[in-house]
Amino acid sequence: MPGEKAGELPEGGMILEAGSSRKYNTGDWRSKRPVCDESKCTNCLVCWIYCPDNSIIVKEGKRVGFKLTHCKGCGICANQCPAKCIKMVEEGV
Amino acid sequence: MEKVAMNGDQVIALAWKQIDPDVVAAYPITPQTIIVEAFSEFVADGLVNTEYVCAESEHSAMSMCIGASAAGARTATATASAGLAFMWEMLYIASGMRLPIVMAVANRALSGPINIHCDHSDAMGARDSGWIQIFGENVQEAYDNSIMAFRIAEHMDIRLPTMTCLDGFIVTHSLERFEPLPDETVKKFVGDFKYKRSLLDLKNPTTFGPFDWTDYYFEHKYQQVDAMRHVIPVINQVQDDFAKVSGRRYNIIEPYRLEDAEYAVVAMGSTAGTLKDIVDELRAEGKKVGSIKLRLFRPFPAQELAKTLEGLKGVAILDRAVSIGASGPLFPEVRSALYDAKDKPKLKNYIYGLGGRDIKPEELKHVYKQLIYNEGEIVNFLGARV
Amino acid sequence: MSAVTSLKLLSEKEDRYVEGHRLCAGCAEPIIARQILLATDKPVVVSNATGCFEVSSTIYPFTSWNVPWIHSAFENAAATISGVEAAYLALKRKGKITEDIRFVTFGGDGATYDIGFQAISGAIERGHHFMYVCLNNEAYMNTGIQRSGATGRGAQTTTCPAGTCVPGKREFPKDLTKIIIAHDLPYAAQGSPHNYKDLIEKSAKGFEASGPAFLNVISPCPRGWRHDSAKTIEIAKLAVETCIWPLYEFERGVWRLTGESLRIAEGSRQKLPISEWLKSQGRFGHLTKDKWNFVAEEIQANVDTKWQELLKLCKI
Repeated sequence: MPGEKAGELPEGGMILEAGSSRKYNTGDWRSKRPVCDESKCTNCLVCWIYCPDNSIIVKEGKRVGFKLTHCKGCGICANQCPAKCIKMVEEGV
Repeated sequence: MEKVAMNGDQVIALAWKQIDPDVVAAYPITPQTIIVEAFSEFVADGLVNTEYVCAESEHSAMSMCIGASAAGARTATATASAGLAFMWEMLYIASGMRLPIVMAVANRALSGPINIHCDHSDAMGARDSGWIQIFGENVQEAYDNSIMAFRIAEHMDIRLPTMTCLDGFIVTHSLERFEPLPDETVKKFVGDFKYKRSLLDLKNPTTFGPFDWTDYYFEHKYQQVDAMRHVIPVINQVQDDFAKVSGRRYNIIEPYRLEDAEYAVVAMGSTAGTLKDIVDELRAEGKKVGSIKLRLFRPFPAQELAKTLEGLKGVAILDRAVSIGASGPLFPEVRSALYDAKDKPKLKNYIYGLGGRDIKPEELKHVYKQLIYNEGEIVNFLGARV
Repeated sequence: MSAVTSLKLLSEKEDRYVEGHRLCAGCAEPIIARQILLATDKPVVVSNATGCFEVSSTIYPFTSWNVPWIHSAFENAAATISGVEAAYLALKRKGKITEDIRFVTFGGDGATYDIGFQAISGAIERGHHFMYVCLNNEAYMNTGIQRSGATGRGAQTTTCPAGTCVPGKREFPKDLTKIIIAHDLPYAAQGSPHNYKDLIEKSAKGFEASGPAFLNVISPCPRGWRHDSAKTIEIAKLAVETCIWPLYEFERGVWRLTGESLRIAEGSRQKLPISEWLKSQGRFGHLTKDKWNFVAEEIQANVDTKWQELLKLCKI
């Protein structure tokens, strides 16, 4: 993607592809990763509404996973989970 | 059409009325106030469909124009002097975002001290901003330039904001006879507003105004440079088309009695008109002189001007502005254009008329005398008590 | 209103602001923006002032925006959206646009309290139909944590550090929400990302205000406020519980407390002392020194005075 010539870029700096930042994996930033004890999860979706990075995957009202490509490991989900079923673990361990 | 008497500000409001832009966002400043006042009356009488926004400052006025233009609206505004200076940051952004905003600038001196009268320092301060800059001599040109500007700015190969300059008070407030075009002619000439992307195009959500790291900014700037290169052919075409509908033939460089001239004076704005009378007087005395009206300052028509001036013995460049610490702004551009010419005329710069200081016929004759007898400095101040 | 805030239903909506933005881990701004953008089903067009939120979401060639979005400069997001809205009205009148679109502007406290105040005041005075959201992290964070008109008394920033002679910011923050309300606009409110039900309901009201609306939302900043990135929501809640950032709304001339602030006023919830707020963030760390004790006392006195004023306005 980088390296296009001036004539190949849309004019005026316009970005034509909506949501293209999905291609930028901020998951590389983290040093801690959330892990969920599914047996305790009540699917309250509080983690989803508080995640700054859209990284709680929700399907049909159920928390089904973490978007590890983008999760920055901030720990808000673990801190806010009412059921205390999310823990932050060190990456690379 | 029948000629009517209006002043320079009024004819711009009239042009806007006939074009009926989607949005006008403006802030009043002397000597542009009549434009916004006259247009407000059209709005109040329901004569236009324009969404007219009384901005709370010029910086906001240009910001609104940027928002509106990005939203697919044909947008116009007007300002002068301190107002142009206040929106300086946004001028660069309007050009960088490639928005075809059209703005009338009633050329007025920049403070300080504060002065409400004519000089070109305001527009000159914006010469690097990426706007097309067109200068008009009189009320007729102010009107005609305003109409042509939309076609030039909006051309799909260009998409650059355009300012049409008219001398503050001298043209803005002078009542002159001019010939308006019929409403239908104007509407047909400017045509429908087209855009590449719009904020209001929900099917194609677009991000306008991103952040560039060092890896893209240079290329985005180059795009503007490249667009400017297309401007002269487009302006020539627009002027051709305009001649067909109006009978008035414009060129970006208009020589006057230059065919066998040995000495000439170059000027922009109303003084270019005065010069023609001086040339006639001197020609009657047998002097081989001519003058050049420069209508386009940005992009600077270097090649075309060099061709026009090559072979003359001496040329004086009149500047109604000064780049303090250098010379007038037009002078180095002309000099640079002639640098590679085989037959270079002697060049002199005459800075004049700052803060609306009147330029007298005797003073212009004096310029020709200094050219003919090779007197004076390279940079001179005409009409100042120095 | 409760249908608006069923998390299950909200989770089915399309994301208008997506992942891949470069905001710090634990930044409240994306949390706030996501909640607000969920509050309407109408199509939205966004303008954004220069700042953390804007820069991080549109580093060329990436954009986190799934809706039309414009940034032009720092002090003019309100003016920019005024122009967009004017274009919308003009094109709608001409029949070129048929959709019912909502306009929302995001700006930090720098862009809102200080450099952009002129533009927002003008936009509100002219009555443009848009909602302005101030993401208030109480400093010019994007340029490196410098003080703004919103910075709290006693807070450390790089331009009002705590040294041996001066204990952080000398001045109390501007009460911008009240200043905006003095424009007598249809809707204004203070919100917090911890109480998403409150914030989303207020956003919904703001979107449908038929005129200018203003939301001032407290936005904890792990970097600038010096707290753990996991504690962002917890600290936003503390701001409300200590009454330094009360939750209230102004709707067509009526002042109303909401959320925890209402319960504190009614007596069913405890008002926490300001020491809880001050000890939660490193930017107030110097106030524990004996010689700066008076600052904490001044802050508490100011919070209490303003709380009483607010109770009066809300006719409690």
